[in-house]
Amino acid sequence: MNIETTDYKRCTVVKTSGRIDGSNASVLGQALKGITSGGTYNIIFDMTDVNFIASAGWWILIDTQKTCKPSGELVLVNVEKGIRDSLNLVGMGSYFRIYDDLTTAVGSF
Amino acid sequence: MPTKRFTCSLQNLEAICDYITHYAKQAGLDEAEVYAVQLAVDEATTNIIEHGYGDECASRIDISCEVLKDGLKVEIYDDAEPFDPSSVPEPEINVPLDEIKPRGLGIYLIRKMMDEVRYESSPEKGSILTMFKWHKK
Repeated sequence: MNIETTDYKRCTVVKTSGRIDGSNASVLGQALKGITSGGTYNIIFDMTDVNFIASAGWWILIDTQKTCKPSGELVLVNVEKGIRDSLNLVGMGSYFRIYDDLTTAVGSF
Repeated sequence: MPTKRFTCSLQNLEAICDYITHYAKQAGLDEAEVYAVQLAVDEATTNIIEHGYGDECASRIDISCEVLKDGLKVEIYDDAEPFDPSSVPEPEINVPLDEIKPRGLGIYLIRKMMDEVRYESSPEKGSILTMFKWHKK
């Protein structure tokens, strides 16, 4: 799993691609922990190139959101319809602000 | 009914997804229905590997797909410890963030994503999870 991080003035953008499932969710978890342990709690997860996320991946995002709040927030960008529908189905959609484009998400911090 | 055998490894999740996606598309399911099948099968096989066998091992997971007139049938066979899905409590959803607990979501998703789910298990024969996804009416 390739994970890119880009630091902006008020937030950090994390981007990966492909699938997030039980085989690689922990890699994403370690990357996000590395960011929050450095004191950054405003995080954007850019999901433009993510085409599948299993519950193992959602728990990583939920854990990160718990760590970020209330000092900051994890927001999601460009969430594919299938992923967004399944997220809403289990009531997890309400835990994240979701933006359709990165510029607006960066500007929200 | 075509059947493919996979070893018990989380590294096989992507190959399993590719396998069932082929039949889901052949069955004429739309994009959202294909994603629902992918998610249900991923959650089911992850549960078998992590909770059924307890770890990655050389044991088998056999996955059969049957294209039906009205949709897709998927059967997942394993010979791990028998397991009763009804014993898993439904996850608490729509609760405040700090109250959400990481349990029971996989089985809940399987039930929600698929239109019909059956589970048979015995120590002698192993376990078969049978799931159906129908075309939108």
